[in-house]
Amino acid sequence: MGAFSFPTSYLAVTPARVVKISLLLCLLLVAVALASLFTGTADISIRATLREFFPWASFLSNGLTEAETSIIMSIRLPRIILAAIVGASLSVAGVVFQALLRNPLADPYILGISAGSAVGAVMGILLGAGAWSLGIPGLAFLGALAAILIVFGIAGREKRRGTNTLLLTGVMVNAFFNAFILFVFTISDHVQLQRALNWIMGDLSLADERALLYTSVFLVLGAIFIYAFARPLNLLVTGEETAQELGVAVEKTKIALLTAAALITAAAVSASGTIGFVGLIIPHILRLLVGPDHRLLIPTAFFTGGAFLVGADTLARCLVAPAELPVGVITALCGAPYFLLLLRRRLRLTS
Amino acid sequence: MTLMKIDQLGFRYGDPWVLRGVTFSFAQGDFVGVLGPNGSGKSTLLRLLAGILTPREGQALLEGRPVHTMKRREVARRIAVVPQSYEGIFAFSAREVVLMGRSPHLPSWSFEAPHDFEVVERVMEQTDTRELAARPLDQLSGGERQRVLIARALAQEPRLLLLDEPTAFLDIRHQVEILNLIKSFNKKEKLAVVAVTHDINLASLYCDRIILLDRGVVHDDGVPEAVLTARNIECVYGTPVLTSRHELTGRPVVAPRAEIW
Repeated sequence: MGAFSFPTSYLAVTPARVVKISLLLCLLLVAVALASLFTGTADISIRATLREFFPWASFLSNGLTEAETSIIMSIRLPRIILAAIVGASLSVAGVVFQALLRNPLADPYILGISAGSAVGAVMGILLGAGAWSLGIPGLAFLGALAAILIVFGIAGREKRRGTNTLLLTGVMVNAFFNAFILFVFTISDHVQLQRALNWIMGDLSLADERALLYTSVFLVLGAIFIYAFARPLNLLVTGEETAQELGVAVEKTKIALLTAAALITAAAVSASGTIGFVGLIIPHILRLLVGPDHRLLIPTAFFTGGAFLVGADTLARCLVAPAELPVGVITALCGAPYFLLLLRRRLRLTS
Repeated sequence: MTLMKIDQLGFRYGDPWVLRGVTFSFAQGDFVGVLGPNGSGKSTLLRLLAGILTPREGQALLEGRPVHTMKRREVARRIAVVPQSYEGIFAFSAREVVLMGRSPHLPSWSFEAPHDFEVVERVMEQTDTRELAARPLDQLSGGERQRVLIARALAQEPRLLLLDEPTAFLDIRHQVEILNLIKSFNKKEKLAVVAVTHDINLASLYCDRIILLDRGVVHDDGVPEAVLTARNIECVYGTPVLTSRHELTGRPVVAPRAEIW
């Protein structure tokens, strides 16, 4: 070949580049969120809404009616914020799980967190969450924690046997809990069955102040913690023993990262139900766009994941208005074809 | 000066000992080959030297300290391992992989400094991998990939290079290229090298010293001329061989007797 003519425009991952790209994507998230705020069944003037946020801009319009204010501030806004938080949580957790399990098909739900959470939520809905002071999110969070403890407890026993044991244990716990939910659905003719089903498909209309508060705390603390391990994550992707030989305390790092990603996922799922595909495809899309370096991947997945879910939820609200699609349907309808493309590409690469 | 002192080292995964009573030491600038049949404990020895495994008996001292008790970062600044193959998922480019070699020198939460990029450019120049820099590792040929992994190891600026079958999947030209490269670093920069290999003849040519392992114990240890005798090889590998001398270097050459003729 002689002089190799590959475009050697190598872009080093520098703090400046990370900040620049992250800010850009943050703007994207804000833009999508604003667009979503003005979109919906109730036709609300954009100028009037802006006036609501910037009271000094009285030249814009006369402002909103009381009903309009209520729709914007207590229905749409919390829902959009929750969508952004959940999208960011699932995407960051997805990046971590794919890297740690060294499996491109991994997603945040692979260790049974979603199924455990669903058992908690479904039981809460069917038995009447009012009877529990925790509410549905609290029960869902407990279910997720139970799943995490079971998986880590079983897989952790087998020391250093590693990721495949963890993966298989997760798949089994997932299968068991899902079967349990189907069982409950089959024997129950509860009036609340539809509500439980909605929860499982993902429901961002559950957004309230408490949900926004605790999911954002888990997300922000978790994402900062995970980002501290961004470079070790790069090394882990090239093999656990290699990472060790390059100076990573592999066992400690793995436990720290798995715990952080699992808790972020548990918080997000408990507030929104099991919204699929976000945590699977966003990491892959960003690997294609910005490369596999986690110092860039984590912040970009954070903002893009948020923007993606806000967009998907807006479609879910509007496509069949005044009815509503479960947001999980939209993410899967967008996500599944992409996933198949990815799979085909993988097959082509390996053959 | 002694770099590593291996003292009565023993290891077992389950019941039978994989390695027992292994004792030797080596210094800066030594080039040691570890030979032995499959299952003789070669790779286990390498992992014990790297501190990945914790010995059941004895210890491996790196500059006087038991290597398995040292922080991984400290070990990685002194010892670099070149694996048999690259098993990464997600397509890192060659330059990104070499940059990872700087990792043990960087504090967490930090990015590479100009000095790190200089080191990487230098070792990529030396290993002739600069034109591969932007290509994903999984698209490189076996020889190219091995050069990149050696560049990563050199970017660690180690005192000791551990090689696990560095030329196992390469043709003879690439085998020689890789070994010449390693030998030149060994000579110029006094880099100590311990290489595990199945290739008796290449070991004979490139190593100053051969350790012959047999079922977990050191069968013989010395210069190639002393260790690579027909008697030793037949005893350890259990197959009849002929030995002769390399015309240029006088080092032993070993060939199977091939009695089928």
